[in-house]
Parts: sequence; C-alpha cells; structure tokens
Amino acid sequence: MTRELEYAYGVVRDTGAPDPLPPGVLGVAGGPVRAVRHRGLAVLASPVPAEEFEEGPLRARLEDLAWLEEVARAHQRVVNAAGAVGCVVPVGMATVCRGEEGLRRMLEEGHPRFTGALDRLEGRVEWGVKVYAGPVGAEAAAGGPAPAPAGAPSPPPAKASSRGLSGRDYLRRRTAQRRAQEQRWQRAEDGARLVHETLAGLAERARLHPPQDGRLSGVTDRNVLNAAYLVPHEHSEGFAARVRELADRLAGLRVELTGPWAPYSFVAPDPADRARAAS
Amino acid sequence: MTTPATSAPDPTSPTSPTSPLAQRPVALVDLLDRLLAGGVVVVGDLTLRIADVDLVRIDLRALISSVSENVPSPWEEP
Repeated sequence: MTRELEYAYGVVRDTGAPDPLPPGVLGVAGGPVRAVRHRGLAVLASPVPAEEFEEGPLRARLEDLAWLEEVARAHQRVVNAAGAVGCVVPVGMATVCRGEEGLRRMLEEGHPRFTGALDRLEGRVEWGVKVYAGPVGAEAAAGGPAPAPAGAPSPPPAKASSRGLSGRDYLRRRTAQRRAQEQRWQRAEDGARLVHETLAGLAERARLHPPQDGRLSGVTDRNVLNAAYLVPHEHSEGFAARVRELADRLAGLRVELTGPWAPYSFVAPDPADRARAAS
Repeated sequence: MTTPATSAPDPTSPTSPTSPLAQRPVALVDLLDRLLAGGVVVVGDLTLRIADVDLVRIDLRALISSVSENVPSPWEEP
C-alpha cells in the first residue's frame, strides 16, 4: 500500500501565517500547492500522479523534453510565487516524497541545511548574466568605437570565388580567417572576464554555470560566460543597471541579463565560508 | 507536436515591477541551469539521480553532462 506521491518545490519559514502562498497557485500536473509544516519550516508541495512520478516512469519521462519543460516551469512558478512574499529555498527538481509524512521527514532530516540557507538567502535575489561572442562583423555592426577587425573575411560568396584561388591563396585566406576567429574569441573571453570580475565585485556571491550549449539554447553565438550573482534586494536595480552599462561598453559582445531569480544557484553554502568555519 | 520552448509566459508568475521576483518569460535552458545545478540537496523518498538517467536526447545529454562535470550532483547518494 503506497501513500500519495508529493512533489516538493521549496522550503520557507513557517511564520504561522495561514498560507505562505497566494491562493490558486497550481503545481506540477495542475495539483494544488499547499504548505506542510514541521519545526518552524514549511515545505511547499502538491500531489502528483504515481503513473508519472514513481521512480520507473519518472526515469522514462525525464528523457522527454516537453514533459521536462512542463515540470520545470511548474517548479519555477511555485518557487516564484513563494519568493514574491518571502524567502524561499528551492529544492532540486523532481524531489518526490511519499505522503505528508515523507515531506515532514525531509524537513526533519534537512533541518540544519534549510534553516542555514534561509538565514543566508533572506532578502537576496539572483541575477543571471550571459556573455556571447558576437557573429563575424558584429564589432562594426555594434557601432562602437572598436574598428572592424583587420582580418575579417569579406562577405562575398565564398564558393564562387574560391574556385579561382590558387592553393597558396586559399591557404593564406584560411589562415587569416582562423586568426580573425581566434582574435574574436580572445576578445570575447577578455570581455567576459571583465564582466565577471566587475559584477562579482558588486555581488555577495557569484557562481559560474557551464556555458550553454547552442543545441539546447538555440543560440548560434558562442556563449563565453554563464554566471549567476547573489545580490541584496535593495541593490538589485543598481546591479541590473550596471550590467546594462557594461553591455553598452563592450562592442562586439552581447550581454544578456535574466532575473531576478529566486536564489537557486546559491542554496549550497559558500565553500569559502565552510573553509573559514572549519579553520 | 507541441513547441514548449515558445510557450506563452505563465500568467500566474508575478509581473508587477514592485515584485521582488518580477519575471519576463524565461528560456528553458536558463531554467534548467538552475533547476539541475541548484536546489537544496535532499533525497526524497524516491531516489532520482538525473545524471544517471540515460537521456536519449543529445541536446539534454550535452547540458546535463556538462553540469555533472562541473558541480556535484544535486541528487547525491542516499
């Protein structure tokens, strides 16, 4: 006999308020989200059907991008709604428990981690910043002060003209193209470093995510920085303004700002803090 | 065939400029960066380790393998 499966979204403080969520927030599979309380904490959860969320079916479903997206968006919707009224510590996607008893057990076992994270993250938001190397010729198109790269290949149709090239011309041209490409990437990486160092200096914490794969993002420009920054709420707008300012200064690079997010990327304690505490 | 990547913004997400988490519609890939690499490490009653799941889709496998190489898996051993 199994109890109903419960999908967990995140943990908030149990303030004693009747409900930490605005009414009508629906979770994964359209289930009603409620708070299950235990020892000063509350986990936001909703019932999910066993035919999708038992371990076996779940394993199979995770290979279905459309299904994964539905779950991911529902997860974010609930975390967002909770984040709009207070501090929320998201749990990993597809954390599933058996019944309310299972949810309380999770709060009991994770109690120190949850309370620690709530203390650290209260009043903070996360901003996402991505930097892309622009396409060929973007330096000129950006209208910035940077001159067009000397080695930039000319746009005319390569196929027709390459037939008329001698082997040596062809090689020379390939070398120039490769050099231009390397210079472009070098510039992109220098720009990304400048962006990251500047923003990390303004943020409480920073975290680098792996650069996004164009096959998943659908973006053809190369992603050279994919970072998250933890910022106190009162500095949030100033931080975003600073990102826009940086973006305007960097010719040939594209800077993208996302957020503010709930502090997904910072729920684990800062390794530096842990090291300090241990010493 | 649905095209979830371009689905409409969620109407229940906070959009008021005064909301601390005001959101534009977010790209799935940005969301997955956070959901797969973030979140408190807890093990629910069902053990799920996304990194272990044999993801058929090459695009997802690329994302997830890059995640698991760089950060500890959020789905730790029970």
